[in-house]
Amino acid sequence: MSMTLANQQRIKIFSLLSPAYLWLTVAIFLPLSAMFYFSFLSDVPFGQKEWFYSTENYQAFFQTTTYAKLLWKSINLGLMVTGCAVLVGFPCAYVLAKSIQGRSREALFLLVILPFWSNSLVRIFSWAIVLRGNGVLEIALNTILPFEVDVNLMFSTPAIVIGLVHSYLPYVILTSYLALQAIDDNLIDAARSMGANKLTILWRIILPLSLPGLLAGAVLIFVPVVGSFMEPRILGGRVGTYFGTVIEDQFVAVFNWPLGAALSFILLAVVLIILAVASPILRRAQT
Amino acid sequence: MSGVLLTRLGKLWLLSILFFLYAPILVMAFMSFNASQYYQLPFEFSLKWYEKLALNTEILDAATRSIAIAIVTTVVATVLGTAASVALFRFEFRGKRFLQVMLFPPIAIPWLITGTAMLIFFFGIGLGRGTPSVIIGHVALAIPYVIVVVSARLATFDATLEEAARSLGANAWTVTRRVTFPWIVPGIIAGALFAFAVSFDQFVISYFLSEPGDSTLPVLIYTSIRKGFTPEINAISTIIISVSMVVMLIAARFSNFGGER
Repeated sequence: MSMTLANQQRIKIFSLLSPAYLWLTVAIFLPLSAMFYFSFLSDVPFGQKEWFYSTENYQAFFQTTTYAKLLWKSINLGLMVTGCAVLVGFPCAYVLAKSIQGRSREALFLLVILPFWSNSLVRIFSWAIVLRGNGVLEIALNTILPFEVDVNLMFSTPAIVIGLVHSYLPYVILTSYLALQAIDDNLIDAARSMGANKLTILWRIILPLSLPGLLAGAVLIFVPVVGSFMEPRILGGRVGTYFGTVIEDQFVAVFNWPLGAALSFILLAVVLIILAVASPILRRAQT
Repeated sequence: MSGVLLTRLGKLWLLSILFFLYAPILVMAFMSFNASQYYQLPFEFSLKWYEKLALNTEILDAATRSIAIAIVTTVVATVLGTAASVALFRFEFRGKRFLQVMLFPPIAIPWLITGTAMLIFFFGIGLGRGTPSVIIGHVALAIPYVIVVVSARLATFDATLEEAARSLGANAWTVTRRVTFPWIVPGIIAGALFAFAVSFDQFVISYFLSEPGDSTLPVLIYTSIRKGFTPEINAISTIIISVSMVVMLIAARFSNFGGER
């Protein structure tokens, strides 16, 4: 029964940590490894099926331009949505952080991030009601405007972008707000007293200091948008074919799992490259 | 003068963003009380979609299943996550930084990738699709959120409180039960609410892991939308969105509890 204190502590640490990390291993890390293995198979190794190791799934990506084009289309969508969200969200975060004070600021901040915690599928569905032909947007515009307009944005790229910006906007507002709030107001006052105009202050002080937060928000938007499939399906209809929807198809419609696994891994590689590129600036945000 | 104008413009911008964020949700809620099946205006108040919803066993079953899965996920993820955050806070050991970094892949990797990977793996080990697989997946997604939220609360803990209790004669168990635990309770509640929201709103993972006749509410909504719009989906969506917003409001209150005061 002679147990050293160090040993006792080790057992404590182990028993506290291992359930959570074991769960993560079984449900996240082993599946990712299994998928990597799968992406090198010719067919699913279940039942009586014949299969062998091959790189044909990766070759499929490089042989035709179809998949590469779709990946590029998804990356483009990611850039578009991220750009819109940053342009719309940063000024919003700035107003919240610098021109509104006290209780109303807290309340408004909560209002901005609250929709984020509601079901994303339901929010996309609500856009479908607003945007479709003879929908709410069209009726509203026709009531306000003196002339008749025909608005049917449903099943178009703008509809997808609007829906996705709506889904992910709270991210960029949240991260930018936290970064902007950390900027010392004295710094801005000092610059102003030395004759800097508003544009100079924005360009030389506010933007550089809040860049890590802004970028964190941008990454948080870009990554899920590149992998999105539900939003393009519902709002895009026939124009909504993206890299994500092709992967979805491999698993739920075509049942070519090895190809789906390979495409998933290519997507993961893209995501990891983006995270790696952004990480030096993001690390500044943490400290 | 221009400064005032700019501030006003800024506030106007903020208000328009709020309008953009809430308008579609309000339109949907509004339409769930509209009699027309094709969302036609003029508006005619009716509760018929809610009445139809009350009789739609498919939707109600899916809703019950979603709530049950969310409750199981919340309990398991909160217990495992809290234990892990206590260990990460209390002890210094080799590999701690690595374990903290390991929390990010489940959050950062697109769910499409995680979901398809789980599908392959669960089929590979013979578990296949179904509610157990869905729960395993949901718990894994919720654990990192619980750890992050509870750790944030623990970080505000003043260790001298424990020392004080110990110097007054409390043993280790009493210190944990009477000093440490009460302090982190708001963090645990907030973490639990996050876990519930993560599970209840989760669509992608459930979509790949649930059995066709046995789907969760978001999965059922997705398939219904793709088959054609039905106002009953409107009614259930309105209910879901109100419930999750109330839950998150409560969570926000709890997670703020010790931070500012």
